Amino acid sequence: MTLELSHFSAAVLFSVFASVVFGITQRNDPTEQIRYGLYCFVMFAGGVFLAGWVMWLLRH
Amino acid sequence: MANSTKSAPAEAQKPTATPASPRMAVIAPALGWLIPGAGHLIQKRWIRGLLLMISISTMFILGLLMQGRVYLPNGGDILDILGFVGDVGAGGFYIVTRMQGWGHGAIAHATADYGTKYLIVAGLLNFISVADAYHIAIGKKP
Repeated sequence: MTLELSHFSAAVLFSVFASVVFGITQRNDPTEQIRYGLYCFVMFAGGVFLAGWVMWLLRH
Repeated sequence: MANSTKSAPAEAQKPTATPASPRMAVIAPALGWLIPGAGHLIQKRWIRGLLLMISISTMFILGLLMQGRVYLPNGGDILDILGFVGDVGAGGFYIVTRMQGWGHGAIAHATADYGTKYLIVAGLLNFISVADAYHIAIGKKP
């Protein structure tokens, strides 16, 4: 069985899993863990969008 | 004077970590390395353990399904050595993968390199998870 994800879906899945682990391990309080996890996800996903637009600008 | 009377209740309300037995400080990280999230589960951090287990395991399995490359022990290129260090962090998953001979297929599509990165990062995230389990065991984290 082979899985072929698009670049975007692979990056989003990567962001979700990494954010969950970062949130749990880098903060102590459950509320802070959720907030930090969400913050990491937004940073990861935002970085993907930003990098995508930068590459688009370089290409055009 | 007023400060000291105000700060005492605030200190009492702080969440405190409970130190476990010294044996747990060895068992939890070792088990956490072998089975991602198990270091937390054995210390009754059920939700955290399950979330770590699901995240790291899914990431590793997706990496394999995406035809990611599994690094073998090597003394060559520095990136290959670092790739091996990352992969081996996944513990039991890495051992099973090596035993089954998975992760050595020819790369057939463009995003297969993501698979390799998924495998490495799953191992690295498990290292963080192991360190967290250790901190819980020694009472540094609640």
